[in-house]
Amino acid sequence: MIAKENSHPLPDDADWNFADLERYEQEIARVAKEYGLDTYPNQIEMISSEQMMDAYASFGMPISYHHWSYGKKFIQTQQNYRRGQMGLAYEIVINSNPCIAYLMEENTMTMQALVMAHACYGHNSFFKGNYLFKTWTDADSIIDYLLFAQKYIRKCEEKYGISEVESTLDACHALLNHGVDRYKRPQKLSLQEEEERLAEREKYLQANVDALWQRFEKVKYSNKNSSTEQEDNQLLNHQEPQENLLYFFEKNAPLLEPWQREIVRIVRKIGQYFYPQRQTQVMNEGWACFWHYTLLNTLYDQGLLTDKFMLEFLHHHSNVIIQPPYNSPYYSGINPYALGFNMFCDIRRICESPTEEDKQWFPEIAGSNWQETLTFAMQNFKDESFISQYLSPHLMREFKLFQIQDDKSKDHYQVQAIHNEQGYKQIRAKLAKQYDLGYVEPNIQITKADIKGDRSLTLEYFSQNNVPLNNETKEVLKHIHYLWQFKVKLVEQCKPGNYKVIAECPEQKSDSSNG
Amino acid sequence: MASFIDRRLNSKNKSMVNRQRFVRRYKNQIKDSLASNIGQRSITDHVSNESVSIPTKDTKEPSFSLGDGGVKDRVLPGNDQFNPGDKIPRPPQGGGQGSGSGGGSSDSGQGEDDFLFSISADEYLSLLFDDLELPNLKANQYEKLLEYKTVRSGFSKEGVPANIDIVRSMKDAMARRMAMTSSKRAELKACQQQLDEWVAQGMLDDNPQIVALKAQIDDLKERISRAPFIDTFDLQYRNYAKQAKPSSKAVMFCLMDVSGSMLQPTKEMAKRFYILMYLFLSRHYQEIDVVYIIHHTQAKEVDEHEFFYSKETGGTIVSSALKLMLDIVEQRYQSDQWNIYAVQASDGDNWQEDIERCNKVLSERLLPIVRYFSYIEINSDIPKALWHSYTALQNKHNNFAMQQIKSVDDIYPVFRKLFKKQEGVMARRALL
Repeated sequence: MIAKENSHPLPDDADWNFADLERYEQEIARVAKEYGLDTYPNQIEMISSEQMMDAYASFGMPISYHHWSYGKKFIQTQQNYRRGQMGLAYEIVINSNPCIAYLMEENTMTMQALVMAHACYGHNSFFKGNYLFKTWTDADSIIDYLLFAQKYIRKCEEKYGISEVESTLDACHALLNHGVDRYKRPQKLSLQEEEERLAEREKYLQANVDALWQRFEKVKYSNKNSSTEQEDNQLLNHQEPQENLLYFFEKNAPLLEPWQREIVRIVRKIGQYFYPQRQTQVMNEGWACFWHYTLLNTLYDQGLLTDKFMLEFLHHHSNVIIQPPYNSPYYSGINPYALGFNMFCDIRRICESPTEEDKQWFPEIAGSNWQETLTFAMQNFKDESFISQYLSPHLMREFKLFQIQDDKSKDHYQVQAIHNEQGYKQIRAKLAKQYDLGYVEPNIQITKADIKGDRSLTLEYFSQNNVPLNNETKEVLKHIHYLWQFKVKLVEQCKPGNYKVIAECPEQKSDSSNG
Repeated sequence: MASFIDRRLNSKNKSMVNRQRFVRRYKNQIKDSLASNIGQRSITDHVSNESVSIPTKDTKEPSFSLGDGGVKDRVLPGNDQFNPGDKIPRPPQGGGQGSGSGGGSSDSGQGEDDFLFSISADEYLSLLFDDLELPNLKANQYEKLLEYKTVRSGFSKEGVPANIDIVRSMKDAMARRMAMTSSKRAELKACQQQLDEWVAQGMLDDNPQIVALKAQIDDLKERISRAPFIDTFDLQYRNYAKQAKPSSKAVMFCLMDVSGSMLQPTKEMAKRFYILMYLFLSRHYQEIDVVYIIHHTQAKEVDEHEFFYSKETGGTIVSSALKLMLDIVEQRYQSDQWNIYAVQASDGDNWQEDIERCNKVLSERLLPIVRYFSYIEINSDIPKALWHSYTALQNKHNNFAMQQIKSVDDIYPVFRKLFKKQEGVMARRALL
């Protein structure tokens, strides 16, 4: 252990107060700056456990519109908390500028310091640096946008009634995860623009949709030959399959009211805001854990923290990054905190003291500057690519990873690879795939909107490895029907050119196979 | 760089609206759940938090996601025994997805079928009695029900010693003493100064001027001390006044036929109805007494247990119960102090000769003093004798109502029918 440079450690009483919090924050900020962490300014808010439950209920959004599902979430959280089945998170952090972090008043001083290092410097720098967050979210305007959304929806409720708005929101929530174009850059959110263009957009959108549909009416009745296939395609701005379902309905659903289109847009924008978080859980938590661990240890080495503080801190820290084995009663999948933390630590190890194996596997980073390498990794990857790039054989051995194949047609699981020379690459590839949203979420696209005919809408499910959709599909179709208001069906290709209908709404009694 | 904000005093019920939305959306399911719980409670059970369960499938928010089946690859940690190519038998179905060991399913198993939560007593009652009201509660009836309550009303100069407010009295005494002696104290101060001056100038103690001044000082001190420490003038008494308030006491009479023809299931139905009635009244009154009267050919007052579980045989004379009720009202529940409600449950049998007497007691003696008298006939057949004789009463008295209950499912709807807000009552009358 490095000799202590400072003989005046920070207070380590269990009870915190604002003066002490500020001293801790300053010290953590100082060390974070020395390590070159680039963050948004911090806004640290102290809340009670009841308020934490409120925050949970709306998925951490500091401002949100009213919806029964948040009430349900709140009731569940409250019940579980009261029965002692679950503890509350120590902190919630919002990807915004300034970066808002909620700390619970029940935390001890040590916990508050841990949480500040974790959220206000770890998560915060991740939000600011990672490419997905940079591309998909705009920290400057999210709070304003949420406020705008809340007000807009409240106005709609006053004008059109709670039930109508609720049905629209229900339908949109069912498609929340289908509101992004994965391979297109989104437009950034800007509140001012949103408000300025709101009225204009409502008009424009409606006019657009009306024009689209009227045109077809005319074509249909005038029976002109000039309506060629090509013209149809131009009119339909979705001649290619659409994976962004919410966007499609916002722009093309024939019978939605302008305010409903705006609500679809709001839900889509909020889904977009959460999209990077769903793709970077391992990295985001790993990065935050790595930095709370590194920052606080640095403070300890400088003599600012007492042994008492460190013991409590390490206790919490090891509880967070524990990975129970597959056969433990506590096992519930791979712990993203554990995997992420260990990967970042491992990258640092490879930079600082690489083994022969590391040099062979990671020639470009072995022996490099660890801070630069870590920052590069944080900025330019998501979970899937991060794992396939950086998961080392060393760590696979430490986690004792093995891969099984679960084929429902067989009565056993097959072990395919374990943590040995032959297995490393396969395990790494398969693990990375587990974090690929394109793989863990169903790929559903709109393939056909029969505008000339019965206005029915066809969606197609592209399955992988014959994994079917779950039994909620029919219910989702009802919601889609609410938005589209004409017949909708979901099909899957069995053989080339041969489709089977998975679900449709309204349901038909006649046989379901069609060509 | 960081700014700290203390939000702990901000409102914490941010989710209240969302919770209400949830309750609003599932109102019908919640009502069903509450109605089915009704049978399990005792009539006078204190209304506290009530737990509600709703089928989970109703509260699901559906989304597209992958189901069970196909071929899936999984990476797991903690390999302790496996080599490539090993086959692991599939655990019996339901074993935790992805774990291969069923871990993690233990805590999610419970509550899988039903979404259980509790609602507060207020929510419970307002859901159960949503848009019902007590009929015939007119303003003029309140006037009869005056009860007095003693309230503090300031201070007065007169009163009994027990009501003396010591602090106020002492304050007044002090003020009086200061006022009475102020001129003398000013004089005393002046004299004292003069004396000090003279002593400083070197005048001797036996100087006649000094002697005179000293005498004057002593005299002033004497007179100041003579101001009485406390005087009757200072005394302040706490004052009390009587305030009239409408009575919040109610008594509920449960009348039931326990003759041989009343079977246990019939009694159970009656019980549920009584419970609803009790809960409904408890929304309006702070204090509710319940009187249980059973009758066959004779009536007697009993406790709750006996009321529901006594086994009697023999014929039925309904008027005996009505007369007993009348006696009890006269002895214990004067109608100018108590709001009287009665629910009579019967299978409709009565001794033919008695019907006239029943009508007479009800219309002449009981109905004028009760707030509301409801008769329920629990009988899956066509209405019997008592029903027909009461029909006439219903038309004459607007605080008398009757309904027939054919099966358990009818109880709650019938109850609602009886207490529908006024326009509903009018409609029903028009119908009959």
